[in-house]
Amino acid sequence: MSVQTGSPSGPPELYHRPMSFWWWLQKRAYFNFILRELTCVFVGVFAVITILQIRALSQGPDAYAEFINRLRTPGFILFNTVGLAALLFHAITWFKAVPTTMIVRFGGTRVPDQVIAGLHYVGWMVVSVVVAWILLLR
Amino acid sequence: MAETITLTVSRYRPEQESEPTFQSYDVPYDEDWVILDALNYVKDQLDGSLTFRWSCRMGVCGSCGMMVNGTPKLTCAIPLSDYVSSGPIRIEPLQFFPVVRDLVVDMNGFLGKLSSVKPWIIRDDETPPTEGEYLQTPAELDVYKQFSMCINCMLCYSACPVVGLEPEFTGPAAIALAQRYNLDSRDQGAAERMAVLNEHEGMWGCTFVGECTEVCPKNVDPAAAIQLYKMASATDWFKSVLLPRGSK
Repeated sequence: MSVQTGSPSGPPELYHRPMSFWWWLQKRAYFNFILRELTCVFVGVFAVITILQIRALSQGPDAYAEFINRLRTPGFILFNTVGLAALLFHAITWFKAVPTTMIVRFGGTRVPDQVIAGLHYVGWMVVSVVVAWILLLR
Repeated sequence: MAETITLTVSRYRPEQESEPTFQSYDVPYDEDWVILDALNYVKDQLDGSLTFRWSCRMGVCGSCGMMVNGTPKLTCAIPLSDYVSSGPIRIEPLQFFPVVRDLVVDMNGFLGKLSSVKPWIIRDDETPPTEGEYLQTPAELDVYKQFSMCINCMLCYSACPVVGLEPEFTGPAAIALAQRYNLDSRDQGAAERMAVLNEHEGMWGCTFVGECTEVCPKNVDPAAAIQLYKMASATDWFKSVLLPRGSK
């Protein structure tokens, strides 16, 4: 019995499947991954806004008041609302991933994933409370 | 209860077609069967030309990995009953691998990646076998045991879009295997492996999609291995910057 191949003298001809541009819609997990990556844009934009706010603060009360007024326009409020949602998604998805990146052993046994993730949430809350406390004291 | 179930199987016969097509087979439904049993029924009773890999039938050899309804699965470990109510079962070769024939993929690239990470115990001071084994405590074994459970089934490669987008990426199983040896108390080759993997095609190609861990039938958690590797690399870098003389 003869074995047929793609070319009579060589090895079988391999078929290389093309990868669709829409691969990230193939699975929910892929889509969530892309969403996690894209929401980092909002993290960056928030950081830039904070830097600009500090710059306005350094330029005196008038510049700061003007900056705050600009933040109160409907466009900025809408952007901040969407941005906050994106930022929360970004933060929570990374916190969910943290136990994968940190394997901590205590007394010879591995600290459970829930404890690692939980401690990060506690840290987040502590930092948030401290920031809120500083702002409310102003 | 269904009497038959339909398998829609990807066929690629390079001598007669330039790209894969689908062929449907009706097989008897048996609630004790796994997907591989149904494929073997096709092979034995309906179409002897259907080509696929399998061996142990017990989730150990890692040969029978295929895409089942779009998800990488070990077909010897997945009951037909999981799919009986969802219509025809679509079976394709593992994605992101070149197809040799029907459900068989080319493993050469994968095997090259595995060997590139030097998956063996490397010693600075090799002692002759007559002096006995390198001893290890159960606690030391426990540190790397999870990463040693890999059966090279390649499901993780088939779940990783980076493998599809960047074929040079070393990939989950090979990096997990490197980590398995790095964490082994008998091994002294971490620096050698770091030199191989501290590249864009190595650990830094991973964007942490995490699907490799989701599909792993042995709970190896390759995503964790890669992220731990990144942490080790970053720590080394910080040490070399902050403690340029004391980091070695």
